[in-house]
Amino acid sequence: MRELHTGIAIREALTLAMEMDERVFVAGEGVGVSIHDNPIMPTHGLLEQFGERRVKDTPVSEAAIAGLAVGASNMGLLPVVEIMFFPFITLASDMLVNHAAKLRYLSGGKSGFPLTVRVKAGMGFQAGCQHSHNLEAWMAHAPGLKVTFASTPADAKGLLLSAIFDPDPVIVVEEMGLYFMQGEVPDGDVRVPLGKARTVRPGMDATVVAYGGAVYAALAAAETLQEEGVSLEVIDLRTLVPLDKDAVLESLGRTGRLVTVHDANKFCGFGAELAAIAAEEGFASLKAPVRRVAAPNTPVPFTPPQEQFYKPGAEDIVQAVRSIL
Amino acid sequence: MGTGNEAAVRLKMLNKMILVRRFENQITELAAEQGRLPGMQILATGQEAAVGVVLALRTEDVIVTNHRSHAHLLAKGADPRALMAEIMGKETGVNHGKSGTLHLIVPEVNALMTSTVVGASPPLAAGAAFAQQYTGSDAITAVFFGDGAAAEGSVHEAMNLAGVWKLPLLFVCENNCWAGAQSFDVHCSTGNIASRAVSYGMPGELVNGNDTDEVYETASRLSARCREGGGPALMELATYRMRGHGEYDRQHYVDPAEIEEWAARDPILLYRERLIEAGVATAEQIDAMDEEAGRIVAEALRFAEDSPYPAPEAALDHVWAEAGAKIY
Repeated sequence: MRELHTGIAIREALTLAMEMDERVFVAGEGVGVSIHDNPIMPTHGLLEQFGERRVKDTPVSEAAIAGLAVGASNMGLLPVVEIMFFPFITLASDMLVNHAAKLRYLSGGKSGFPLTVRVKAGMGFQAGCQHSHNLEAWMAHAPGLKVTFASTPADAKGLLLSAIFDPDPVIVVEEMGLYFMQGEVPDGDVRVPLGKARTVRPGMDATVVAYGGAVYAALAAAETLQEEGVSLEVIDLRTLVPLDKDAVLESLGRTGRLVTVHDANKFCGFGAELAAIAAEEGFASLKAPVRRVAAPNTPVPFTPPQEQFYKPGAEDIVQAVRSIL
Repeated sequence: MGTGNEAAVRLKMLNKMILVRRFENQITELAAEQGRLPGMQILATGQEAAVGVVLALRTEDVIVTNHRSHAHLLAKGADPRALMAEIMGKETGVNHGKSGTLHLIVPEVNALMTSTVVGASPPLAAGAAFAQQYTGSDAITAVFFGDGAAAEGSVHEAMNLAGVWKLPLLFVCENNCWAGAQSFDVHCSTGNIASRAVSYGMPGELVNGNDTDEVYETASRLSARCREGGGPALMELATYRMRGHGEYDRQHYVDPAEIEEWAARDPILLYRERLIEAGVATAEQIDAMDEEAGRIVAEALRFAEDSPYPAPEAALDHVWAEAGAKIY
């Protein structure tokens, strides 16, 4: 199978969706003409291919971008809008949390909002905490929103295709560091269903549940621990909402130990939800306490050594696993 | 205006205004009787001339409204029985009891969305207008918001987007002089909202919001412009909020003389007199119209009271598009 960068795999999903369905349009800040003239970026070249009617550069106006998506989706279009950096979703959050997520409910099921919000996330760019802050747990906390967070080029493409054609509003988190990673990507309209986790590496002694780039830290930890004779199972959630709870509990049932990993800070992070599920529904399987590996409860720092310190790494996971063996 | 279709439109506007007043008066009565209505009740009493905007639209045109929506929805053709049932939280309500008076959503009459987040309706409406433009429809969207909402950044963002993209969107600011307990002159720096239109490359017109003909004429002209590809427009209705923010609001911060002054300019009284003078209708015909509206509202109340509440566990329905979707 051919290998593609994640950024290009995402563009392939956008291109396919736009070719397949006239209702799909793309809008956001710099989705057409971008200051980043890089062919690996997901929307590079879309304007030339599809024209100004379907690739809409908006004013710098997140509430308007999100409102556009809510109103247009309610009228039957399939908007794919981009929020340039995850922290900026706070500017769009009224439209997403109070409207996209709630108007179906308020209408008693009469209204639908099949919109997709691509949000660029991640750290490692020394962008500082107003441009780097993983808020996926905020989004997952709002009933009515679905949330995906891919770790591979194939999943980035497949999840985005599912999101675009899903009848509910979906927040698609794209970790920018992964744009430049290559991997095998199937040709054509191959979708990854929302709500299906992937076992990245089977193991017997403990389960590590991660998503996004944290999956690679988990895999590196698994390599280290294997040398010590410890077998880690690594699960990539791929979507936080809907959550593949069964995959987590099944794995916990086999290994008896659970470590959660994410780059977002720990307090009220998604790992807390997974730990609570393990306690409520998997307690009989637990041979040891659940451990959460996550960023500290500070904003994302700027200076490279601090940013590196902030992001949970393989060694943090190794230590967490050792502490419960 | 005075003959033919124009007379018919004027009669229809008066008819709708009378129905809206009867409907809202009924809610006032119920709200005063503790326990007969759940939640808070927010009325547009005194602002009924806004029906002129809705009747200037076509059936296929979309409206997006806010917490003060009864006049807009009834004018657009929403069923008074299902509205009343919704306001009482009943299963037969337009939204199965999920909405109450605040978020009434009636897509079947193209009352597409209602938001109680002040200032949120304009960006939503920009999305609807974009869809109309994108699909090549000649339908337009009208969005209603208040003078208080006009202070929200989202309203400016929507106006800017509509301006640069020439969206078929009619912004309708019902300036009712009060935002919560704050008077207009305290919260607005420019003296009117309509003049802001120039910042976004669209026409802005300030009209007497208690003069139904003027409202209708302006809305007709500006919506025709939107429909013909002229881009968005803003109209501001200078009107008055007669009953406070909600029915619990005693308006202790308002000079009673101000309310009296506006009561003398009641849009329904003025319009009734004008239509009688113009020979469009007789006093007897209008009285009969009023009686009929009373009958419709009484029937709506009976229907709502006879309707059951939805099952408590139906609170779990309608979060997701697929019934019974397992998210967790």
